Amino acid sequence: MSAETARAVTESGRDRQARLRAEVDDAPSISAGEYRGISRRSFLTAGAAVAGGVFGFYGLQKRPEIDNIPDVTRRFHRLNERIWSTGFRDDHLAPTYSPAESSILRVNGRIGIRSEIDLETWTLEVHGSDGTVLGTHTLDEIMALPKHEMIIEHKCVEGWSQVTTWAGARFSDFQGWYPKYADTGYVALETPGGDYYVGNDRATMDHPQTLLVYEMVGGPLDQEHGAPLRLATPLKYGIKQLKRIGVVRFTDVQPADYWAERGYDYYAAL
Amino acid sequence: MTAVTDPAETTDVSNDAVLKHRSGNRWMHWINFPILTIMIWSGLRIYWANRAYSIGPIDLFPEWFNEALGLERRLAKGMAFHFTFGWLFTVNGIAYGLYLWRTGGWRKIVPDREHLKEAFGVVLHDLGLRKTAPVQGKYNAAQRIIYTAVILMGGLIGISGFAIYKPIQLSWLTAMFGGYEGARLVHFLTTMGFVLFFVVHLVQVGRAGWSNFASMITGYERRNGASRD
Repeated sequence: MSAETARAVTESGRDRQARLRAEVDDAPSISAGEYRGISRRSFLTAGAAVAGGVFGFYGLQKRPEIDNIPDVTRRFHRLNERIWSTGFRDDHLAPTYSPAESSILRVNGRIGIRSEIDLETWTLEVHGSDGTVLGTHTLDEIMALPKHEMIIEHKCVEGWSQVTTWAGARFSDFQGWYPKYADTGYVALETPGGDYYVGNDRATMDHPQTLLVYEMVGGPLDQEHGAPLRLATPLKYGIKQLKRIGVVRFTDVQPADYWAERGYDYYAAL
Repeated sequence: MTAVTDPAETTDVSNDAVLKHRSGNRWMHWINFPILTIMIWSGLRIYWANRAYSIGPIDLFPEWFNEALGLERRLAKGMAFHFTFGWLFTVNGIAYGLYLWRTGGWRKIVPDREHLKEAFGVVLHDLGLRKTAPVQGKYNAAQRIIYTAVILMGGLIGISGFAIYKPIQLSWLTAMFGGYEGARLVHFLTTMGFVLFFVVHLVQVGRAGWSNFASMITGYERRNGASRD
């Protein structure tokens, strides 16, 4: 490398031109006969490659689908999940922001929260994997858990992002009430009535920035943002942060997921 | 540039075609073409879910563009293809970089200081405003600059892509772009750069003629004066 540098410094204009010409002149050459053979073989290979590529791409689109996308791409989603969940670290926190950057979050989805809800009679049901009711909780009980506030950048799968402020209880503190179920592979969340449902992996649910939220930007959560209680975590796209939680279910079987069934990545992790 | 052959060697006429592109370069070039096309096609599906960018009042890639191309608008499918073929793009790109390095092919691509000065002369020559072109090697000064830029853009689009894909796990990477929105903008602008390059590349390859194009398939370019077949 040093010889290279020295040459660049000392080389005259004439030497440089000679070196440039040599790039072509010193290249190996072949006879017309040899070229004809190579040319024929190359173009046949190229034709086969183009045919294979076109056939392969249309074939890929015609593959049987798993949850609304071609099976190959679904498997790549799962492969990506394996790759990125391997590197997941519980102590790696999402960046946080200043209150000045934070604002009321844009309302983007109303699935599962279209009907009116009576906040007075609402309770949170906790289910085992077979659906047995393990307990029910009022909002006051959740609010009695240590309160945590975070100003994070919320990201939508559609591409937009916005800094907002969430406050609530850590899901991991809530999990403390159900130690027998602390190691299930998944936690399922459903709206009352079950119109919207998500499944989240255990590592995400145990993360300190995964909150059961009842306040946004200093005020109580309103219905459009998921009152009385919603999930918020900067580790996932918004589609995984269920509003108006009615049921929490601990399970080892991957739970049904509304948007994953409609073609999205189940993991949907940032 | 007709080669002057030593009379002693004329018995073996073996200089009708000269090696221009090694097979590794050719394969990776042609593999990259459809993969990058699929990345832009699936990327547009993602972009259409939230069309963020405009030039003044002009929306970039508005609804009619989508409809004119007969493309369905499905974010989920766009993401599925983007995060599948993204790996192929990454692997091919890294393999290409290693190949350029191991074969020393980069020396014929990366411009030196003189090339930066000569590029303007090359452009004038290509536009027919100047009779002579600067002495060149395998590629002229303008090609060296553009090809080097495109290779660097390949790295940039991959890195900014990962910064958008995993902005929390790779938050240090996302921060290098000034955050998530910054990384998105870089990713988008680099894509626009690729589209622009593609148009110029097609025009220039067309101008350079069949023998030059065929060399990207056969590896060998016929010497000047050789018949076109």
